Amino acid sequence: MDERKIRVIVAKPGLDGHDRGAKVIARALRDAGMEVVYTGLRQTPEQIVETALQEDADAIGISILSGAHSFYFSKIIELLKDKGASDIIVFGGGVIPDKDIPGLLEVGAGAIFGPGTPTTTCVDWLEKAVAEKREKEK
Amino acid sequence: MDILVGRALGGDIRSLARLISLIENGDPLTDRVMRQIYPKTGRALVIGITGSPGAGKSTLTDKLIETFRRQGKTVGIIAVDPSSPFSGGAILADRIRMQRHTGDSGVYIRSMGTRGSLGGLSRGTREATLLLDACGWDVIIIETVGVGQSEVDIIKIANTVCVVLVPGMGDDIQIMKAGIMEIANVFVLNKADKPGVDRVAAEVKLMLDLVRDRPWIPPVHKTIAENGTGVGELVDSIVRHHEFLKTGTDGLRSEYARVSFEVEDILLKDLSRRAEKIWKTHRTQDVMDALVRRDENPYTVAGAILKEMFGLQKTK
Repeated sequence: MDERKIRVIVAKPGLDGHDRGAKVIARALRDAGMEVVYTGLRQTPEQIVETALQEDADAIGISILSGAHSFYFSKIIELLKDKGASDIIVFGGGVIPDKDIPGLLEVGAGAIFGPGTPTTTCVDWLEKAVAEKREKEK
Repeated sequence: MDILVGRALGGDIRSLARLISLIENGDPLTDRVMRQIYPKTGRALVIGITGSPGAGKSTLTDKLIETFRRQGKTVGIIAVDPSSPFSGGAILADRIRMQRHTGDSGVYIRSMGTRGSLGGLSRGTREATLLLDACGWDVIIIETVGVGQSEVDIIKIANTVCVVLVPGMGDDIQIMKAGIMEIANVFVLNKADKPGVDRVAAEVKLMLDLVRDRPWIPPVHKTIAENGTGVGELVDSIVRHHEFLKTGTDGLRSEYARVSFEVEDILLKDLSRRAEKIWKTHRTQDVMDALVRRDENPYTVAGAILKEMFGLQKTK
């Protein structure tokens, strides 16, 4: 019963109200045995980062369909750095053009999962990424 | 470890969050942390919010935070949601209703999954409450999972328990039943704009009339959490109950109950951890097959394990 569970924030930044994808991912992560803190819609980057700190999250998953992905990813990663918490993994999905993905990875996003990605791909990646992160902490 | 405790006591949120995880994961360092912080506890007002799923506990908590913040008090929240009995995962979503307070440095919200705990709280809720208390949070609100009739562990941790009811939950027999209806220090009839609320209020009051000789009669508050109606009066009642505990003998009685539960909780968790571990070493394929075939019986198997744990001899 005693084990270190993976804790993930699933958040929707900004003014886009389409949360079906975020909910599907939240469910998939739950079914993989993770504890998913779902923040709901219209979150500011500050709220998302503060939530991750308060909840001792291993990772933040953000879902963006508004086109403002470059801003939100950079901002969230920058705020984490300011708080001395850049060990927290940031990943995401939504409607993000392929040509924008390298730029997001460049600023520090761990992975971007586009439409049609099987949820297992996302789960497997996150499990591995968290294991690596925890290995580094030792 | 001691550095982490020092930082948490000094107000560092991430260190506090880390310590809560460590405790909820059953880390062997838990005892050491708790021994360090325990002398600093006992100052916070600990409020329990319980009731059925969808009764409005999170929305009500959000409004309570607002009211206490206006009074200049800092507020720590532990919001418990159920873990899956199959995957062990959880969707922790009480926070959604309170998210507007994220960013206010006088508010700390922590979501916890029940992780197999059945009393309406999670493994580690008790310790997390003590940690928040030691770190100087003035008010601690514990929101239980949505409960049915018998998840009453919250009374062992909270000073003041608010049971949230909504119209349409059944007839007066439901209100007569033992369990959750008995643990309220304050009743909250939420969604008071819905039809039927007066009937529920009348039935609860009728039930309370039967226990007139008690020094504290739980007040019954009608609220509409969504727009904050009735929340001010509710907070007044909570504070009044806290004052009552400080003066009457009931306060001492609940303190005895609380410390007794603490020792029991520590013992049971430790024993169940040991039992689980030792059962794993006994749980061979042969034993399992023998049990399934009923050649062996679970009492004998458990008896052998107990003997190994405690050196117990069979009673003559």
